[in-house]
Formats: sequence, structure tokens, C-alpha cells
Amino acid sequence: MSRKISMKTAINEALDLEMRRDPTVIVMGEDIVGGTGANGEDDAWGGVLGVTKGLYAKHGDRLMDTPLSESAYIGAAVGAAACGLRPVAELMFMDFMGVCFDQIFNQAAKFRYMFGGKAQTPVVIRGMVGAGFRAAAQHSQMLTPLFTHIPGLKVVCPSNAYDAKGLLIQSIRDNDPVIFCEHKNLYGLECDVPAESYAIPFGEANILRDGDDVTIVSYGLTVHRALEAATALAKDRIEAEVIDLRTLSPIDWDTIIESVERTGRLVVVDEAHPRCNLATDIAAFVGQNAFGALKAGAQMVTGPHTPVPFSPSLEDLYVPSAEAIAAAVRRTLSPTGSRSHGIAA
Amino acid sequence: MSENPFPLSKDDLLKAYRTMRTIRDFEERLHIDFAKGDIPGFVHLYAGEEACATGIMMHLNDNDRIASTHRGHGHCIAKGVDVHAMMAEIYGRSTGACRGKGGSMHIADLSKGMMGANGILGAGAPLICGAALAAKVRGDRGVGITFVGDGASNQGTFLESLNLAAVWNLPVVFVVENNGYAESTAMEWAVSCDSYVDRATGFGMPGVTVDGTDLFAVHEAAGEIIRRARDGGGPALLECNMVRFYGHFEGDAQTYRAKGEVEALRASRDCLVMLAERVVEAGVVARDELHRIDREVADLIEDAVRAAKAAPLPAPSELLTDVYVSY
Ligand SMILES: Cc1ncc(C[n+]2csc(CCOP(=O)(O)OP(=O)(O)O)c2C)c(N)n1
Ligand SMILES: [Mg+2]
Repeated sequence: MSRKISMKTAINEALDLEMRRDPTVIVMGEDIVGGTGANGEDDAWGGVLGVTKGLYAKHGDRLMDTPLSESAYIGAAVGAAACGLRPVAELMFMDFMGVCFDQIFNQAAKFRYMFGGKAQTPVVIRGMVGAGFRAAAQHSQMLTPLFTHIPGLKVVCPSNAYDAKGLLIQSIRDNDPVIFCEHKNLYGLECDVPAESYAIPFGEANILRDGDDVTIVSYGLTVHRALEAATALAKDRIEAEVIDLRTLSPIDWDTIIESVERTGRLVVVDEAHPRCNLATDIAAFVGQNAFGALKAGAQMVTGPHTPVPFSPSLEDLYVPSAEAIAAAVRRTLSPTGSRSHGIAA
Repeated sequence: MSENPFPLSKDDLLKAYRTMRTIRDFEERLHIDFAKGDIPGFVHLYAGEEACATGIMMHLNDNDRIASTHRGHGHCIAKGVDVHAMMAEIYGRSTGACRGKGGSMHIADLSKGMMGANGILGAGAPLICGAALAAKVRGDRGVGITFVGDGASNQGTFLESLNLAAVWNLPVVFVVENNGYAESTAMEWAVSCDSYVDRATGFGMPGVTVDGTDLFAVHEAAGEIIRRARDGGGPALLECNMVRFYGHFEGDAQTYRAKGEVEALRASRDCLVMLAERVVEAGVVARDELHRIDREVADLIEDAVRAAKAAPLPAPSELLTDVYVSY
């Protein structure tokens, strides 16, 4: 049975289903239950934006509020994972990664390799990413390129409720540490989602729209901007293929290469800052492996090389727009030869 | 007027009252305007906690530095940051303290020694150690004050900074603003020890706990440890017990609080009312004098909101300024 639910509900459902299936799954984070130790209602918050709301009633103490100590509890989740549990730790905003990154990139990410394959660390660290929430510089970043740089981490960033549910279930079952990035401006977006449990394998991109003229690759929120751009371009008989990566590590190179070999043109859209991000990564990979197929230089559309500004008037310029994506597509069709930035502003 | 029984001159009492009233009105106005949808983003209000920032900042000058928190409006006002610039910043206008690029959680004014509100909990403590180190190296007798909530006091960065400040004998005061909650989580549950004084002792520095709603108590305790830090005596920790009048952030329904809790706190522990009652009852200040301040502050806030709303948004070109852009 499938019904329309939001990405927020889909994530809640995935956690619920996996906690029912596997008693080793525990969920922890700041205020994920809410009201611990206080005198009001139990389960008062269910996370700052209510993503885990109601799970406490179903699973009790397997949902744990934590003191405000990311180094301590993310580290504890990593340790518990190395000792047989499957913790899902919420790092409210991925921007807070800075205070506990050591536990993730020097500990969790390295155990399996560094211990000669004798350890596994099935921990999921989920949290919010992305701009557009008026949350300012320290609560709005798309830090996915930092995570994809680290060997040993798997990095997921769904663009819709269906994928969020299937990918989170897969993340919990996966035996490696997974950074699960939830775009805060997608939480409310609804689509058809089956009520039952299902897992979406990692490393399988999703072709959301077929087209023969140009390949647009993206993930997360900007997938929707890419689709908007494709619709606008179709009016001028430019048919764009839109690929949603869904997982960034591992990444589905085959689907990208096959598409570019057919279209001969590539636009990569990444909300992250422009240097050393998914767009540069993919453009370089395609340049190296499918150079002969390219009819024009790959175009990159990204956030600018600036912190995320607060003022709504500036923040709205920050996230790559459908117009900027469409313009990049047009550049691949009639290259001017001039150096292009492709950033939002 | 009777003889002044307080350790503060009448002038200082009126100044303190004005600061506290300004913070209160600023926050209450934000509470209203946020509900109307006028204000973008996250806003954490300091209402109820005014005595703490005020009592401490009375000992500081522009050469002294503070590192604030996400709940920073009170610290800003007490440290002398311009109220118009603050309001404009919260409205995301080009006339804001950070030209609209920072917002409520990042208001800063280095010329006033205000090193910024901070969106990352516990991040201010290491920063203020650096500020204090600089003061020590320069020998300018400056001190650094970092504010941290009860919740953020569990951050490793905070605990490591206590140690560092003690080891380097830095002129730092760590102020724990204990309002009983970290978002929805109770301090009693989340902090392992019974008293912050014990934590301070564990790091080899003195710790003092005061009623943070009592301006006089805060002022006296802060005075002593700030003087000690200034004179090279090293760091100390000051715990101020206080109350939060509003939700964690605007829009919080506060279902985790017991029914009637906030009302009871407002009735019995309103630091502004308590200060007013004491100085009027002692016959040092006339109620009229306070009312005049109330009116002036109300006008100031009204004007700040009006000016903020009328101010231009940042120009689109501002997106790419104030940073090295290599792309
Ligand atoms: C490193 C980090 N973790 C979590 C948060 C989210 N957060 C913002 S305020 C807050 C609670 C802070 O509680 P406390 O330190 O007691 O300060 P109060 O809000 O009570 O003034 C939390 C969890 C954050 N901003 N930074
Ligand atoms: Mg608190």
C-alpha cells in the first residue's frame, strides 16, 4: 500500500520499521525525545523539527536523549557500533560536525581498514543540511564534499520521501558508517511511499527524466531545480536527462558515463561551495573517462565561494536556481569560450 | 530620597535598570514581531535573564572581550552594541551590525569587545581563551568573559577551555548561564555533577554560584572574580541561576515544561521587577524615574523596528563581498 507522505514522516517510518525488525537498533541525539529530566510532557519535541516524534512511545528507552556533547555521544555511537549495536545518531545540523569530526573521520571511518578488516562500524549519523531556511552561516551548509573526501564513510543525500525511506533503511543495515544528509527544505515535500519496508541499494542513481541533448546530474534539493530547468528547456525543444545521484559515496559512475556518452553534454549541479565538490569531482571524472563523447566543456552550477548569508534577499541568491541551471545547459549548447563560473549569483 | 544602602551609585542603578529594560523590551518586541512573521530565521530570547548580562558587563570596558552564545541579544545590549544595528541585523537589512549577513545568532561588534553571538555551542570558550591570551601578551589588563548555557557546559570545547585557561593562568571568566534547560532537556538530568563549583574545582579554579536574577548578587560576585582575573589571579567560573521566560526559540510550544511553571517564574523571579521594587522601596529611586526610562526605552525600540523595516535589503552584489572568492 502506498500513500503520500512527507520526507519527514518517511524518515520516521524507516526508523520505526528498523527498530521493530532489529533489536540492536538504537536512536540517540539532542532532544530527539525531548523533555528528558523535565517536568512536562514526555516525548515533548521528537527532535527540533519533530522527525523522531512518536518513536519514544513505541520504542521507549531505545530512543535516548543525550547531553549537549557531540564529541561524547557521536563517539559513543561509534563505539557502540563497533561493539555490536546499530546506533542511529542524530547530529541535529550537520554543521555541528566540526565539534565531533574526529570521532567520525579518524575513528568510525578507519576502524574496518585500520584494524585489518576485523571491525565493523554500522553507525548512521543523520542530520540536516542545506540552505534556504534563514538559518544563517553555521546552520545552512551543504558539507557533503567534506564527507565524500573521506574513505570509509558512505554518504547519502535523498531528494524525496520515497528515497529517504529506502535509503535510511539501507543505511541502518549497512555495515559501514553512513552520513545521512537530510535537506531541511525537503522535509515537508510529499510523494507516494509504500507503507512496507524496502531498501534502496547504495550506488544506484535514479534517472528522473529522460533526454538526449544534455545530462544534468545533481542530488538533494537542487534535483528539483534541475527538473524545473529541464521543463523550461523543453519549451525550446532542449531535452535534458536529469540524474539524481541519491548516494554520493558510493557514486554511480556508470549511469553518469552512459548518459553523457549518449547526450555529449554535462551540467553538474551541487549546492555545496564550488571548490572540490561533487560538481568538480564528476566533471573531472567525465573529462578523464568520456572525453571523446563530450561536445562541450562540462558546466558546473554550485553555491558561491562564500559562507551562507543570513538576509533572505541574499540567501535566495545563494542556492543554485533553475534559471542558472538552464543557462548552464545553454552554454553547453553554444559554448562562448569565455570562462564561466556557474555560481548562483 | 533616602540614603543609598546599595553598593551601586544611584547613577549606576539607573543605568543598570535602563540596560535591563532595553533587553526586556527588545526581546518582547521580537517575540511579537516574530509571531507576525516579520522576522526570518531563528531567534532565541534572553528575557528573564537580563540581570546576569547586566551585572557582569557593568565591570567591563570596550577593551574587555566577551564571547556570547546563540542567546546573545542581552549580552550585546549590555556590552554596548547599538540597538538599531542589532534590530536591523535581525531583520536582515544592510544597516545591520553585520550588514545583514549574520543574523540573530551571529551579531558581533568587535569595536565594543563583543566577539559575536555563536551558533555553535561551546565554541566561544576557546575563542575567549585566545582573546585573554592576547590581552595577557599585550599586558593591557583586558579580561575575557565567555558565556555558556547549562547545556553547552557539557561540550568538550568548554571543558578543555577551563583546563587551558587554568594552565595558562588566563584572565578569563567562564559564566555558566544556568536557566535549567538546554532546548527541552533538563539541566538536572544532563549535567552530571551537583554543582558547577565542583566542576571549577576539578579544573583548579574557583567557582561561585549566584542567583542570576539578583542584579546585586551577580554584580558583586562578578566584580570580585573579574578584578582577580585582571590582577593576574587567573580564571574563575561563575554560575548564574536564572530563568527563561520564553521558549527555547521563538515558536517553541514548551510542552516539556510543567503546567504553570513559566507563570510562576514570571510572578516570583522577574529580575527587572525585583530590581525596581528594591530600589524604589529603599527610597533611592522614585518610580517616576523608572517610568521615564521605560518610556524612553519603548521609543528607542519602536524607532529601531521602524528603522529596520525601512532599511534597504543588502544589494545582490553583497553576496560575493567580504570574503576571498576564488571562483
Ligand atoms: C554544537 C551545537 N550543538 C547543538 C546545537 C543546537 N542547539 C542550539 S541551542 C541548544 C540548547 C542550548 O542550551 P544551553 O546551553 O543550556 O543554552 P540556553 O539555550 O538554555 O540558553 C542546542 C542543543 C548547536 N547550536 N551547536
Ligand atoms: Mg540552558
